[in-house]
Amino acid sequence: MGWEVVIGLEIHAQLTTKSKIFSGSSIAYGAEPNTQASLVDLAMPGMLPVLNKEAVRKAIKFGLGINAEINTTNVFERKNYFYPDLPQGYQISQNDLPIVGKGHLDIENEKGEIKRIGVTRAHLEQDAGKSLHEDFHGSTGIDLNRAGTPLLEIVSEPDIRSAKEAVAYAKKIHSLVQYLEICDGNMQEGSFRMDANVSIRQPGEPFGTRAEIKNVNSFRFLERAINFEVERQIDVIEMGGEVVQETRLYDADKDETRSMRSKEEANDYRYFPDPDLLPVVIEQGFIDAVRETLPELPDQRRARYIDELGMKEYDAGVITASKELADFFEALLEYSGNEAKLAANWVMGDFSAQLNREETELADSPVTAQMLGQIIKRQADDTISGKGAKDVFFAMWNGEGDDVDALIESKGLKQVTDTGAIEAFVDEVLAANPEQVEQFKGGNEKLMGYFVGQVMKVSKGAANPGMVNQLIKKKLS
Amino acid sequence: MSVTQDDVVKIAHLARLAIDETEMQGYADKLTQVMDMVEQMNAVDVEGVEMMSHPLNMSQRLREDEVTESNHRDDYQAVSPSVENGLFLVPKVIE
Repeated sequence: MGWEVVIGLEIHAQLTTKSKIFSGSSIAYGAEPNTQASLVDLAMPGMLPVLNKEAVRKAIKFGLGINAEINTTNVFERKNYFYPDLPQGYQISQNDLPIVGKGHLDIENEKGEIKRIGVTRAHLEQDAGKSLHEDFHGSTGIDLNRAGTPLLEIVSEPDIRSAKEAVAYAKKIHSLVQYLEICDGNMQEGSFRMDANVSIRQPGEPFGTRAEIKNVNSFRFLERAINFEVERQIDVIEMGGEVVQETRLYDADKDETRSMRSKEEANDYRYFPDPDLLPVVIEQGFIDAVRETLPELPDQRRARYIDELGMKEYDAGVITASKELADFFEALLEYSGNEAKLAANWVMGDFSAQLNREETELADSPVTAQMLGQIIKRQADDTISGKGAKDVFFAMWNGEGDDVDALIESKGLKQVTDTGAIEAFVDEVLAANPEQVEQFKGGNEKLMGYFVGQVMKVSKGAANPGMVNQLIKKKLS
Repeated sequence: MSVTQDDVVKIAHLARLAIDETEMQGYADKLTQVMDMVEQMNAVDVEGVEMMSHPLNMSQRLREDEVTESNHRDDYQAVSPSVENGLFLVPKVIE
């Protein structure tokens, strides 16, 4: 019997505002502990939260990006629980009336099919501080710099049916929030965190009991955590047991999920409207103004690459998945004179490979879009061969210069495209290999490669291989 | 609806309130009265009345996104019973 896997994801995206959701403290990452925690963030008595307009704007932008309803009246509520990194004793969140209602997003699943995943809602809330459990003589250290950072919690419908689909959905949201410039997507710094609700059932049966895997911060771990959890639940049920509803943590070192049984009654949050905050009323004009600022989104960009640049679907998908990569690609088009095919090959091939090899972020690449664009331009106009282009690229990467033409000159990479000169190389090779010429004429066409190789050798790699090919064919026909 | 002593224990625990054994029945009785009043209100016909989340018929004012707070950590931590390296120290919390 085959089990069906049912997954819903909750994604917390920190919004890239300057200040906190309810106070004027900075949210910049990495400051000294508690230097960005104001009286409001510390929940001192008598402090009143005041909502950040930009957080509202960014939440609306997300809603428009997933074709969702925007709730023009939405309400902040208190979600009550005790934890030292939550000084208020409650998290200000949204429950009954979130700012973003039902929307959707299309993903490509592992069978290559387009699948629509529903987004139930997205709501604004405040992040908690951080608890540091190590090294304080038996105490826990609390840093409240993060407390009050604006979060958008994006809740999917339980439409996801495999770990791979979950990753495709999470990556799509990750790409989208960066395109929309509402979240920096930095997973190491915790700007983008994922919880997965996982259950299994026999197809056609009602949903099974779910376990919630908390705080996964990489796509790889998300896939592994879900796969582990599915196997665990299958084992439990097939051994005659029952899955219990609980929160589990994924331990990447052991590649397993573990029950987090510490918070008894953890789910009794006793939500009620926060009396410190009035209902948020959004004017249609505000929504329209946000709509004006929507950029070209990944799906639109991908369609444009396919339709207008004639790119393959797969290539267009890979490049547009990352806004940064797609922006780089478009800069290459500008500097190379619209050499889309060569630019795509570089971006997906040698350039990405080199970034990976050197563990370098795109933004830190020593070869800029302008430099690589110039290389591509010279490759396209046959000044240099593909191999020559790589030589220039690596020379630039290693800091040997930033002028493409000067490097081509100094490294002697200029291709010989003068027919007379190449003809002389070809004649020399054919004259030196009479036996092979006879065999070729006798039908052994595989020798073509041998001739080309010899000509390239004689020309010290400078001859244009396409022209060499043509000339040999012409001479031997 | 009557609130039992068990309910009071549970509510007190959720709110981290220490309630003396001798006060339990008193709280249970008073909370029962509150619930009775809620029951009474439930009987009112509110058909067609829009729900309010706040007694004031106003909407939330929004703040411009500007950093207006500066670092006053030393002042704020002066009232804290235990701090170290800029962190507030609290009894060990185990995840």
